[in-house]
Amino acid sequence: MPILVETPVLSVSNLVVRYGAGCHVCQRSMEKNRCTACGTVWAVNNISLSVYPGEVLGIVGESGSGKTTLMRSLYFDFVPTAGKAVLSDYKGGQKNIWAASAAEQRLIKNNTMGMVYQNPVMGLRMNYSAAANIAEKIIAAGCRNAGKMTERAGELLEAVEIMTSRMSEAPKNFSGGMQQRVQISKALANNPALLLLDEVTTGLDLSVQAKVLDLIRKIKARYGISILLVSHDLAVIRMLADRTIVMLDGRIVESGLTDQILEDPQDAYTQQLVHSLI
Amino acid sequence: MEILSIKNLTKDFYLHNPGLKIRSCRNISITLHEGEFVGIVGLSGAGKSTILKCVNRSYLPLEGDIIYDSLAFGKINLVTANEREILFLRRHEIGYVSQFLNIMPRTTAKEHVMNALIDRGMDNLAAEREAREMLDYFRLPDNLWDIYPATFSGGERLRLNLAHAMVKKPRLLMLDEPTASLDNKTKMLVKDMLKKLKEKNTSMIGIFHDIEFMEGVCDRVFNISEGGIVS
Ligand SMILES: Nc1ncnc2c1ncn2[C@@H]1O[C@H](COP(=O)(O)OP(=O)(O)OP(=O)(O)O)[C@@H](O)[C@H]1O
Ligand SMILES: Nc1ncnc2c1ncn2[C@@H]1O[C@H](COP(=O)(O)OP(=O)(O)OP(=O)(O)O)[C@@H](O)[C@H]1O
Ligand SMILES: [Mg+2]
Ligand SMILES: [Mg+2]
Ligand SMILES: [Zn+2]
Repeated sequence: MPILVETPVLSVSNLVVRYGAGCHVCQRSMEKNRCTACGTVWAVNNISLSVYPGEVLGIVGESGSGKTTLMRSLYFDFVPTAGKAVLSDYKGGQKNIWAASAAEQRLIKNNTMGMVYQNPVMGLRMNYSAAANIAEKIIAAGCRNAGKMTERAGELLEAVEIMTSRMSEAPKNFSGGMQQRVQISKALANNPALLLLDEVTTGLDLSVQAKVLDLIRKIKARYGISILLVSHDLAVIRMLADRTIVMLDGRIVESGLTDQILEDPQDAYTQQLVHSLI
Repeated sequence: MEILSIKNLTKDFYLHNPGLKIRSCRNISITLHEGEFVGIVGLSGAGKSTILKCVNRSYLPLEGDIIYDSLAFGKINLVTANEREILFLRRHEIGYVSQFLNIMPRTTAKEHVMNALIDRGMDNLAAEREAREMLDYFRLPDNLWDIYPATFSGGERLRLNLAHAMVKKPRLLMLDEPTASLDNKTKMLVKDMLKKLKEKNTSMIGIFHDIEFMEGVCDRVFNISEGGIVS
């Protein structure tokens, strides 16, 4: 009989990312995420969440609500102001990954995480070839065999439907959709347990969007990878996310089963978000 | 054995803007025994769909309990069960057929049915075999299996919906107007299938508009407007 896995792949508690020193009225006198007295921006303001094996957790919320900041904190792009995150793949989930040494963080990133940035310029070396971009991640994950590496890069690009004949071209010559797909293959290169996807389908034309969505669904089904999926497109969230959290001004205002969030939203902001689209 | 017991279920919707409360179902109590088929009838807007959506937890109930006797967890209250438990039950035990088809882009009819199985860990080959059987069983013409359902007729969509729900062999199946928009011949087909499911001991709860259809499949009929079992 199937059983329910109770151990999360990732568990974040009380994450805070603040730009500015803060002051004694911060949090009491705020205009959206910004303190009216000292100007400090509370980009992510005390959020907690868990992602379970093989699950897609959707993250929605208006522009500036802190979605990208959350994702980039998890990918060690900067050190958060406060908070704890544990990964089941790192010291059995016993140690805060943000307290790990730089070398350990590199290992965690290389062995268990993949990231697709909202802005492809951040995720790719635009002047290197597509194959080299992917090879970089494969090498980082520990592969030293050049033949195997090329084979794997080819497989990964094929999985995202980029012709191997274009492998040696630089992503700067690719369309936005192709760049996103190269980012996805790079993110998958190390067979990550956790995939961070920040607006992967934004700005792509509909047929390319469909391809990317299809790919994510297949990744989920085939590899059982856990995915954090940021998107402001609720149709994408409905199709892919098992559960969804709603962010506003750096906080989580509501979380639940995706269909419940969309069909029976409780919070005033969620209702506005959902109803503005009907 | 009672497989499902809905006790004093009440649901309102509160809309923050403009600050409005919408009343839906009130104080509903229904029990469903294993292998039984209970029909729900009532006026439009009375809250029939709301009941099923509360059981499915697409809606958050306001008051009451929904006790489901599950294989995985024993008796569990679907009102307070955690999200992971609900997802698990949807994947393995509880099926829900709505009037609408919710499908991924670039997913053919056959893949849609296969995905229900792949989602719970079955390999592609086995999933394909079972999907074919199910589509065949629901008599979806096989020239439609490998195309995208966007162009399907209402009846074809419904049959695909049923195949998608049934391929998981749920113990509890909820049906929201499974015969709306069907011609008589297809209706009879669905009726036949529901009878077969019943023989396989599937417990079912369904919303129907036409009373005639329910004869011979439903063991009991609950009239929501009158607040009780009528036959
Ligand atoms: N270096 C910085 N200094 C000051 N404020 C910053 C800095 N980086 C980000 N912010 C602010 O943090 C907040 C959160 O930004 P973030 O990029 O996480 O939003 P988002 O939810 O991803 O928005 P979008 O949907 O537009 O991508 C914004 O108000 C942003 O202006
Ligand atoms: N998601 C929702 N948000 C707000 N109100 C809702 C929602 N769903 C249902 N309602 C309201 O709840 C009431 C009952 O709706 P429901 O769909 O359950 O009725 P029904 O008995 O299934 O009707 P029908 O026979 O027309 O399908 C209606 O007044 C409806 O407008
Ligand atoms: Mg962003
Ligand atoms: Mg209804
Ligand atoms: Zn301040």
